[in-house]
Amino acid sequence: MLRDLHDDFPLLARTVRNGRPLVYLDSAATSQKPLAVLEAEAGFYREHNGAVARGAHLLAEEATEAFETARDDVARFVGAASDEIVWTSGATAAVNLVAGGMLQASLGAGGDEAARFRVGPGDRIVVTETEHHANLIPWQQLAARTGAELAWIPVDDEGRLDLDGLDRIVDERTRLLAFTHASNVTGIINDPEPLVRRAHEVGALVFLDACQSVPHIPVDVAQLGVDLMAFSGHKMLGPTGIGALWGRKDLLDALPPATFGGSAIRVVTMEHTTFLDAPQRFEPGTQPVAQAVGMGAAARYLMDLGMEKVARHEARIAQIMREGAAETPGVRLLGPVGDVDRFDVLGLAAVVIDGVHAHDVGQVLDDRGITARVGHHCAQPLHRRLGLTGSTRASAHVYTREEDARAFVDALSDVRTFFGVNA
Amino acid sequence: MSLESMYQQVIMDHAREGHGRGLVDSDLPAHGESHQVNTTCGDEVTLRLGLDGDRIASLSWEGQGCSISQASISAMHELIDGESVGTAEETLEAFRALMQAKGEHLDEEREDLLGDATAFVGVGKYPARIKCALLGWMAFQDALVQARHASEGEA
Repeated sequence: MLRDLHDDFPLLARTVRNGRPLVYLDSAATSQKPLAVLEAEAGFYREHNGAVARGAHLLAEEATEAFETARDDVARFVGAASDEIVWTSGATAAVNLVAGGMLQASLGAGGDEAARFRVGPGDRIVVTETEHHANLIPWQQLAARTGAELAWIPVDDEGRLDLDGLDRIVDERTRLLAFTHASNVTGIINDPEPLVRRAHEVGALVFLDACQSVPHIPVDVAQLGVDLMAFSGHKMLGPTGIGALWGRKDLLDALPPATFGGSAIRVVTMEHTTFLDAPQRFEPGTQPVAQAVGMGAAARYLMDLGMEKVARHEARIAQIMREGAAETPGVRLLGPVGDVDRFDVLGLAAVVIDGVHAHDVGQVLDDRGITARVGHHCAQPLHRRLGLTGSTRASAHVYTREEDARAFVDALSDVRTFFGVNA
Repeated sequence: MSLESMYQQVIMDHAREGHGRGLVDSDLPAHGESHQVNTTCGDEVTLRLGLDGDRIASLSWEGQGCSISQASISAMHELIDGESVGTAEETLEAFRALMQAKGEHLDEEREDLLGDATAFVGVGKYPARIKCALLGWMAFQDALVQARHASEGEA
């Protein structure tokens, strides 16, 4: 069992509207930060701030050490080697780094090595209908600019990936399959195995959006078998402005960079530049060093808790929220209730209430100090597929208490009373 | 409790009744149409407006959204349909001021102009909901610009 962690998270002690205690249930959007992260970030600025990988003075050495140790910790957290972790400003930037690199390759950059990243007319890029906009639009744009075709794996009425047509959709023309490990709307945790197997069968690369999985369940890149993976710092108790791209080293070394500048280079002449290997080739300019240090501290904090324990704790929260929502009259839970023993859903519940718009639901929750997310959660196609424009989502993290989950469920029935739609 | 002060009965009534809902074809030469989306939630409204000289002779809309956005469009319709463009613009400005007033009431003159729509005063306390309340008004403003262009083209 996970101990109660409220004391580690100073923000959770504050009050919100009408002086009510805060019930923070918007962790899938952004998580709160433990003291360990706040202190690591502030401590870096207070004691070690200096230019990373430039200069020979002591502060430069200490800053470089802190920056690279953070990379080691984040790598260890997902079972990767340190030189396979590229710092990005967030998960969105990580997706764009790969899509942008593939565009560069398609324009001829990177030589023979980059051939595997080239796409054009006759090629296919495959995504799924559940994707967050950040793992859809970069691929849509890449397809549009290169003449490749964008195809997608549909979902069924419950929001599960419909894999019946997998072999037809991920066909011989497919160069890349991008999909989310866990949906930020339905909470469904996808089993990557059949998707990875099919993609590799046809020689396609596999890109995994792990934003919603890495902070909540054990993730090991070797076990997953994917080729590239993005995750963000601020959803895993770390700072904003930092995220990571993981990739197999041979791939990262061959992918052409799409942003250019200092520090990422081997030799520069007035005519020409050669780039360093990964990860430095993707890290031009001054990096978000303090944020990286904070993300490293977040990875250590989670590893100290133990991700198995974290997953079990959040599965219990999932059960209260999802069963509770599904059993409340007039409430529709998006996605299946799930089987918490199999860890097939995240600790979140997105719901629609008959006759009440999500914004109005959110207002009632807010009045009770419950912070939930309303709207389409950056997943318009999925909502459209489910016949909706938006929903109200409560989402948990390590610090979420069972009573928080129950407060959400209780509030749902009161929403209908407030808006007089109980009749 | 602040929630009740935001969702006043007159707002709930407007949300249900939806004055002006259902797009009407207008054969007036000076007409405009605007489609506005609240990017936060995907709510949308299409509003159609026809001018007869200086008078808003035809005003209709179609859309879907939260009770605040739907009620606000309905209240707006009641206020400005059939009015002069000048009055409608003054009403729009008053409503905008109400939204920026952080929950405080306006002077009597502008509140008179707003009538039922003064009930939206509570929305001003919630920055995230101001966009909801303004959705229809923004559509009106945009459609008005188009209608004027159309009438200038005519002249």
